[in-house]
Amino acid sequence: MASIEQQAKGGSKGEIRYLTPLDIDTQVKVKYCRFKKNGFKYIDYKDPDFLMYLVNEQGKILPRRLTGTSLKYQRKVAQAIKRARHLALMPYVGDMLK
Amino acid sequence: MRENSVDKLKIYRIFARLKINIKIKTMNHYESVFILNPVLSDTQVKETVKKFEDYLVSKGAEMISKEDWGLKKLAYPIQKKKTGFYHLFEFKSPGEEISAYELEFRRDDSIMRYLTVRLDKDAAAWAEKRRERVKPSKK
Repeated sequence: MASIEQQAKGGSKGEIRYLTPLDIDTQVKVKYCRFKKNGFKYIDYKDPDFLMYLVNEQGKILPRRLTGTSLKYQRKVAQAIKRARHLALMPYVGDMLK
Repeated sequence: MRENSVDKLKIYRIFARLKINIKIKTMNHYESVFILNPVLSDTQVKETVKKFEDYLVSKGAEMISKEDWGLKKLAYPIQKKKTGFYHLFEFKSPGEEISAYELEFRRDDSIMRYLTVRLDKDAAAWAEKRRERVKPSKK
């Protein structure tokens, strides 16, 4: 019986073996902030067509963990969407917006 | 002792004057969008827009641009109406006048919604670009 260290080093020679070599894509797609990347400085509340990309199909603001927006711009996005909603350019609640 | 207090008063007055001067000089950049009732006729719409413009100018504001978006569909009904006339003003005004200006909006029945926003540096740059973009299409 080889020790655990030897097993780990030896790969296929050790006692732990996989029947088929592991083929899992472990590379995570890197998220980026689209505003930072494209040099946005101001997010316009008067442009509902663009803001619609940052909202789910019920009209809720998408979280940062899904869009990858940086915190600085997420705050601006939220502000712009709320202003657009107040002016009835975007709905507060919706169904099947996309 | 007495002289000392007189000096203080003088200094205070100078500061007060300075403050007043500064207040007069600061003109903030604003933008306001408002929605007019769709029931109004064209002339009534023009009158109301003119009224607010005149109000702003009379309070020492400097109009930069006006935009008429026309009759637009609302994303949700407001006062049981599904459409509204959108208008956009861009102006420079002393900050103290804004609350009175918004009060005018609230008093007017024909205005369904309004939003006044102060533009910071980036927003002002954006607004300028927007003006350039909008103007050629109108002509």
